Amino acid sequence: MTAEKRTLTIVQLYPDDMNIYGDWGNVLTVLKRAKWHGLEPELINYNVGDKFPTHVDILIGGGGQDSGQLKVQDDLQKIAPRLRELAENGTPMLMICGLYQLFGRFFKTQKGNIIEGIGIFHAETHAGPERLIGNITTHSEQFGDIVGYENHSGQTFIDSDMQPLGKLVRGAGNNGQDETEGCLHHNAIGTYLHGSLLPKNPAIADFLIEEAAKKRFGDFTPTVIEDRFAAKAREIALKRPR
Amino acid sequence: MVRPHIATIGKVVRHVTRLRGGGSAFPGLVVEKIDPHFTRDVLAALPHGVVIISGTNGKTTTTKMTVELLESQGFKVFTNRTGSNFARGVTAAILADIDYSGRLDADIAVLELDEAHAVKFVDVVSPRYSLLLNVMRDQLDRFGEIDTTARMLAHIAQATTKTVVLNREDPRVAPIAETLPDSVESEFFGLDTKLRAKFPSDDDLHSTAKDIEARDADVILKSFDGNTAVFRFDNNEVAVPLKLRGIYNIYNAAAALALTRTIALEHYNKKALLEALGNVEPAFGRGETLLLDGQPIELVLVKNPSGFRLALESFPPIGYATMIAINDNYADGRDMSWLWDVEFDSLRTPGVAQVGGIRAYDMALRLQYDEVETIAVDTDISNALSQFISSNPDSPKRIYCTYTAMLKIREQLGKITEVEKVL
Repeated sequence: MTAEKRTLTIVQLYPDDMNIYGDWGNVLTVLKRAKWHGLEPELINYNVGDKFPTHVDILIGGGGQDSGQLKVQDDLQKIAPRLRELAENGTPMLMICGLYQLFGRFFKTQKGNIIEGIGIFHAETHAGPERLIGNITTHSEQFGDIVGYENHSGQTFIDSDMQPLGKLVRGAGNNGQDETEGCLHHNAIGTYLHGSLLPKNPAIADFLIEEAAKKRFGDFTPTVIEDRFAAKAREIALKRPR
Repeated sequence: MVRPHIATIGKVVRHVTRLRGGGSAFPGLVVEKIDPHFTRDVLAALPHGVVIISGTNGKTTTTKMTVELLESQGFKVFTNRTGSNFARGVTAAILADIDYSGRLDADIAVLELDEAHAVKFVDVVSPRYSLLLNVMRDQLDRFGEIDTTARMLAHIAQATTKTVVLNREDPRVAPIAETLPDSVESEFFGLDTKLRAKFPSDDDLHSTAKDIEARDADVILKSFDGNTAVFRFDNNEVAVPLKLRGIYNIYNAAAALALTRTIALEHYNKKALLEALGNVEPAFGRGETLLLDGQPIELVLVKNPSGFRLALESFPPIGYATMIAINDNYADGRDMSWLWDVEFDSLRTPGVAQVGGIRAYDMALRLQYDEVETIAVDTDISNALSQFISSNPDSPKRIYCTYTAMLKIREQLGKITEVEKVL
């Protein structure tokens, strides 16, 4: 049997403007794990004004400062129909912090201005009175404990027809009130967790890769990856002060 | 007017605190309670006023250089050299230096202040000069956003009464010049075009060389080769052999030169200035070298992605055994995300001999994803250090460490070799 070349196209959304607190760690983890699982990942960076790639297997977007969100908002509306179609078709996505907020319906700033989102997540975000900062742990049946670090002032409320990514174990989560964190809709994940998220939560990285591979090639055979360092790093992160 | 008895009380409290092994902030606290204007009044009496040095990276080294350069120009300088870069630490440093009549025997004060502390400090003490180095991602969990940090630096600049010295290459720092009142001057230090690529800026503003060079810089770092740097000022290019290591330290020297030239004016003595510049030793943990069993150990402090990247670029790993020690105590920053914004590919050959610190496994995990081999991992820094030393007896060693990891490593090394006391 000749080995068939299995290319996986990873698109990083707005790395020039929305890329802070180790967002590169998530992209790197998907690229490396896809390779270790025997796939051939290719990375496309999509920035404001670029031509949107014709094919996307995994879409990853990061956090940004308020100024970054302002810079991308018009472009995001332009590509919104494509993004919604991809999400509805089950394309795996990971949106952290700032882009998680804009993948909801809107972000309402401290001054009451509305930054329109694209509504993939049925959720809305309101600027909060304080930054929610610190180590955070959540739990999901699908992924087990999820560990990371949150740093946001927006408070996100997801609609009742949406599933959170995890239930809060410690930390503030979506809004500091309802014990939820993030959002999982089809195969699109939105979350506030940095840290970076994927290296210390390889189950989520492998979920994105597996869903993408199955969707493109019909099947996926994982390789056993040595995750000893990740396991120890998780164990320690769980015990560190907020 | 400083009342002498306040000085006396402060000095006594300081003495007692030190006898009991206490920290540097407590005596300052006591004095502030009795006389809230103490620090302001003492500093206001200095004939050449107060200089504040702030920014994300390089404050300690640049402050040390500025002090030594000013001394070469005949100034008697007061500085907060214990690394207490917060207001109460300044008060404590004053208490150590004043006489019992409450007088500080100095011409000028050069103070290193953390951005957030400097903002509050300048509301009480107006600096005559300020030097603003850079804004990079550092301890964002403390300050929130990089734009917030930039606003803090602008606030320091606007409180300055005479001259603000700015990094021309930093797109968040240079434009502060345009926000100053007419009565305040601005000076710049900068880089030659061809050096710019070596200084990864933590920025997304993408300024062009033309934008940058529209501002005239008083001192420009033209080039460097090994430990010799060429600076351009006074319409001349001057080559200076330096004891400093690492390109970022050398660029800080340009900052200290520009600041000193601004302050010195009629005292300006170029020959003495260059001689002093050549003699500046690195500040502790900023590329300082200790000797252990005939082999050098270099300590390199890393606090944020840009600093770590610059350090990796400055120190080639070949021929060295490398250790990395990462803590996540409050002073280090609790968020480990920053490690993912540094590329470690350059360490692939010969790999990393030892990883240590509370977050050692986060670091090992980071190296795994850059396919850099990690030989040993231990979360206990003392164990990690002993292992590192015993496993690599015959090679020069280099340790990249976060702030609290560095303090611990220096303490351990102090038991087995000569380490300069700084705290």
